[in-house]
Amino acid sequence: MSPLKSLLAATVAGGLTLASFAAHAQDTIKVGVLHSLSGTMAISETTLKDVMLMLIEEQNKKGGLLGKKLEPVVVDPASNWPLFAEKARELLTKDKVAATFGCWTSVSRKSVLPVFEELNGVLFYPVQYEGEESSKNIFYTGAAPNQQAIPAVDYLMENEKVQRWVLAGTDYVYPRTTNKILEAYLKAKGVKQEDILINYTPFGHSDWQTIVSDIKKFGTAGKKTAVVSTINGDANVPFYKELGNQGVKATDIPVVAFSVGEEELAGIDTKPLVGHLAAWNYFQSVENADNKAFIEKWKAYTKNPKRVTNDPMEAHVIGFNMWVKAVEKAGSTDPSKVIDALVGVSVPNLTGGYSTMMPNHHITKPVLIGEVKADGQFSIVSQTAGTVVANEWSPYLEGSKDLIADWRAPLSCGNFNVKTGKCGGAAK
Amino acid sequence: MRRICYKGLMAVLGLYVLLVQAVQAAGYDEALAKFTSDQFPQIEQGILDLAAIGSPEAARLLEALNDGRLFFTAGKQVVFKEGNGVIDGLTAAKLDPAPDNLKTVRMNNRVRRTLESALGTLSLVAVDPVKRRAAAEAVFKARDPQALPLLETAIQKEKDTAIKNVMERARAAILVADSKASELARLGAVETLAERGDQEVMSLLASVRPQAPANLVQSIDAAIKVIERRLSLLSAFQNAIYGLSLGSVLLLAAIGLAITFGVMGIINMAHGEMVMLGAYTTFLVQEVIRAKYPALFDWSLMIALPLAFLVSALFGVMIERSILRFLYGRPLETLLATWGVSLVLQQGVRTLFGPTNREVGAPAFMSGSVDLWGLTITSGRLWIIVFSMLVFFALLLLMRATSFGLKMRAVTQNRRMAAAMGIPTPIIDQMTFALGSGIAGIAGVALSQIDNVSPNLGQGYIIDSFMVVVFGGVGNLWGTLVGALTLGVANKFLEPLAGAVLGKIVMLVFIILFIQKRPRGLFALKGRSVEG
Repeated sequence: MSPLKSLLAATVAGGLTLASFAAHAQDTIKVGVLHSLSGTMAISETTLKDVMLMLIEEQNKKGGLLGKKLEPVVVDPASNWPLFAEKARELLTKDKVAATFGCWTSVSRKSVLPVFEELNGVLFYPVQYEGEESSKNIFYTGAAPNQQAIPAVDYLMENEKVQRWVLAGTDYVYPRTTNKILEAYLKAKGVKQEDILINYTPFGHSDWQTIVSDIKKFGTAGKKTAVVSTINGDANVPFYKELGNQGVKATDIPVVAFSVGEEELAGIDTKPLVGHLAAWNYFQSVENADNKAFIEKWKAYTKNPKRVTNDPMEAHVIGFNMWVKAVEKAGSTDPSKVIDALVGVSVPNLTGGYSTMMPNHHITKPVLIGEVKADGQFSIVSQTAGTVVANEWSPYLEGSKDLIADWRAPLSCGNFNVKTGKCGGAAK
Repeated sequence: MRRICYKGLMAVLGLYVLLVQAVQAAGYDEALAKFTSDQFPQIEQGILDLAAIGSPEAARLLEALNDGRLFFTAGKQVVFKEGNGVIDGLTAAKLDPAPDNLKTVRMNNRVRRTLESALGTLSLVAVDPVKRRAAAEAVFKARDPQALPLLETAIQKEKDTAIKNVMERARAAILVADSKASELARLGAVETLAERGDQEVMSLLASVRPQAPANLVQSIDAAIKVIERRLSLLSAFQNAIYGLSLGSVLLLAAIGLAITFGVMGIINMAHGEMVMLGAYTTFLVQEVIRAKYPALFDWSLMIALPLAFLVSALFGVMIERSILRFLYGRPLETLLATWGVSLVLQQGVRTLFGPTNREVGAPAFMSGSVDLWGLTITSGRLWIIVFSMLVFFALLLLMRATSFGLKMRAVTQNRRMAAAMGIPTPIIDQMTFALGSGIAGIAGVALSQIDNVSPNLGQGYIIDSFMVVVFGGVGNLWGTLVGALTLGVANKFLEPLAGAVLGKIVMLVFIILFIQKRPRGLFALKGRSVEG
C-alpha cells in the first residue's frame, strides 16, 4: 500500500539526509567524518561532527593543505555498530578519504578497526577509553586510564583522604575494564576488598533510588567515601538528579565522573551538584588565549552564544592539527607516509601546553580535575605539572603489564611482550 | 525567670564575641587578603580567621562566600555583591562605580566543608529557624569541640523541639568524638545518639570506635547494633516504597498504551515518542515562562499538562488518520509502520531542538526530599505516585461513566454490532487513539522531572510499557495497574540482591514464563484483539 511505502521512504530519507556532500573536482583532499547524527549516540557525536566541519573550513581559509582544499565527507553511522564498519569501508573505498575522524564508544571503534587495518586508513579516535589496544592505523587522542582515572583516584586519596570507594558504571566494556584497572590499583595502594563496592547498571538506567541509597549506606562505615563514576552519558542526568534530591552533597560523598562534561551538565540544574568532580584533559574554564579564541570561534560558528566546549572536542582539535602537520611533513596524504610522520608530531593543546604523538599512537596530555560550579562549568582544582604519557597496556592488569606498543620501525608492533621478546604476546 | 535567662544568655554571648574580637580584630585585613590567594589552604585559613573574629561583618562575608558572591579585583581588593551593588569587604562601603573584571574566590570541597562548619557555629543563634537547623547540622558534621559552649547556650535558648533535637544530637556528636571529654559524658552521648540513630550517626560511631576506650567501645557496639536493626527493618519498607515509585512511573508510561494496544489492539511502537513529545512540550512551556512570566514557574507543570495532552493527541490523530486506519487488522504492518513513525519523530525533534538534553526544571514543591522515619524519598517521585493514581482513576471514570467510554467499550467488544447500533466506529477509533496518545503526553510531563529530556526519552520506556500491558492482561486497565506495581516492587526487591542488570534479566525471564502459563496476562478480558 502506498501509505506504508511512503512512510518507509520517509524513514530512509530521514536517515540519509546528511549523507556525503556532493563530490567536487578532483583537486581536493577528502577528510572523513564518521560520527552518529541519529540514534542514541547523536547526543554526543553531533557536536564532534560540527567541530570537524569548523576545523576544515578554517584550514581552507588558511589556504588548505599542500595547495589543495580540504573536503569533508560526512556519513551517519546512526549509533549502529555494524553500520560503523560499513560506513568506514564506504569512506575508504568509495570516497578514498585521506584520514577519518570519528567513532565514540569502544564498540564502534572495535567494529571499524579491522576495516582500517585491512584498507590501511587513518582514524583519529577522540574519546577517553579503557586502553588495552594499539593499532597501526588508529591514533588515540582521548585519554587512556592512566591519563584520567588513576590521577582522579590519586586526587581523592590525597586531598579528600578517601578510604572507601564505590565504583559505579554502566555495564559495558569501558567501565568494566576501567574498574578492573582501578580495583587493582586501589588494592595495590592498600585498600581492602570490603572497602570497594562495584556496581553496574544497564544503559539508560533511569531509576537510581536504590543505588543512591546503597551508596549512602556504604558511606556510613565511618570512613571517608567517594564514588568513581563511569556511568555513560544518558543515564547521568537521572543519577545526578537523584543524588541532588536525596541530599548527597559533595562535601560528604564526592562523585568523580569520567564521562560527564560541560555538554552533559547542560541538561541539569547543577546547583545541588556543586563540588562533585570530573577528571578530564580539558575544561572549557581553562584560562588562556588559545582556549578563549577557540571558544569564541565555536560560538560564532554554531551561532549560539550558549554552546559549550568539551574534552573530546579538544581531542579532535589536537588530532586534526597533528594530521595537518604530519601531512605537511610527509609532503603527501598517503596513509603509509602520514602514519610514519605522525609519530613525534607536537602541537599546542588548549590547556596551555603541547601534546605529542607517541610511538604507541597515543598522545601526551595534562590531567585536570574540576569541581562542578553552579553555572554548569568546572572550576579546576588540580592539574598535573606536565603532560602524562599514555599507558595503552595497563601495568595493573595481569596479561597486559608486560606489553608495550611501538609503531616505529624496526619494532612496529602494537603488543610487544618484553618478557618473551615477541610481538603479538599474550594479550588478555 | 525567662527574661533573666535571656539576659544571661546575651551577656555570655556578648562576652564571647567581645573576647574573641579583642584578640583577633587586628587580623581582619590579613584574613581578607588570604581570599585572593589561589592556594586552597590559604583560603581555608582565611575562613578560620574570619570565623575566629566572629563579628557580624565577618559572618556577612562568609555568607557571601557561601553563596558565591565573594570576589576580588585585579588589585586584590576583596568585595562582595549584595542586591545590585558591589561592596568593599574591608570598609563595607558601596563601591561606585562597580569594579569590573571580578574574580570569584576559589573553592573546593575542603574549603567548602570548613566554610560550612564555620558558618554553622556563627549562625547557631540566628533568627531564621531554617538557618539554625542548617547550622546545627553543620556543627554535627564538623564536630568541633570549640563550638560546644555556643551550642550549649543555643540549646538552652531553642524553643523549636525539632531543631533542639538536631542540636542535642550535634552536642552528642561532639562529645563522643572528643577524647578530652569525661567518659560519663561520652557514654551519655552514645545513648542520645543511639536513640536518634540514622545512617549519619552510624557513620560517626564507626569512625569514633577505633580510638575509643574499652568501656565506650562496648556501648558504641551496642548502639550500632540497635541502629542496624532499625535500618534493616526500614530497608524492607524502603524497597516497597521505591518499588511503588518505580511502579507508578511504569504505570504512567504504560497506561496510554493500555488503551491503544490493550483496547484497540494496535501495536504502537511510536508510543514512547508521544511521551517524548509531552516532555518537550513541558520544556517549551517552561522556556516561555522563564522568559516572560518567571513568577508562574511553580505552575509550569500544571500549565504544561493540558498542552502536552493536546500536542500528543494531535499527533496521535494525525498518525491514525494518515497511516493506521489503512492497517487495522494487520498487526505486523502496523508494528513496522509505527516503528518508522517513531524514527521520523525522533529525528524530527533532534533536528528541531538539537541532540543534547534539554533542561526541565522542578517547581519548588517537587525538588528535595521527604524524610520518613529515616527514609529518604524524593518529593518528585512522591508526586509522581500521586499523579499516576489520579490519571489512572480519571481514566477509569472516563471508561465507565461517560458515553464516550461506553461507545469505546462497545466498539472494542463487537465492532459490527456497535456499528449496527449507530455508533460511528471510525470516529471512535480516532478518539480512542487520540486519548491513548494524549495520556502518553501527560506521562511525558511527569517523566521530564526524573529523566533526560532528549530525543531518546521514549525509547527507554517502550519495552517496559509493553511488558506491563502484556503482563497485566491486554485490554484491562486494572490489569495495567496491578501489573505495573507488581513489576515495580518485584524489581526493587530484586535489585539489592541481584544488581540492576541481572534484576532486569530475571524480571524478563519471569514474564516470559508467566506468559507461557497465562497467555492473556493477569486479568484476561474479551476484546477485539482476543477475537482477532
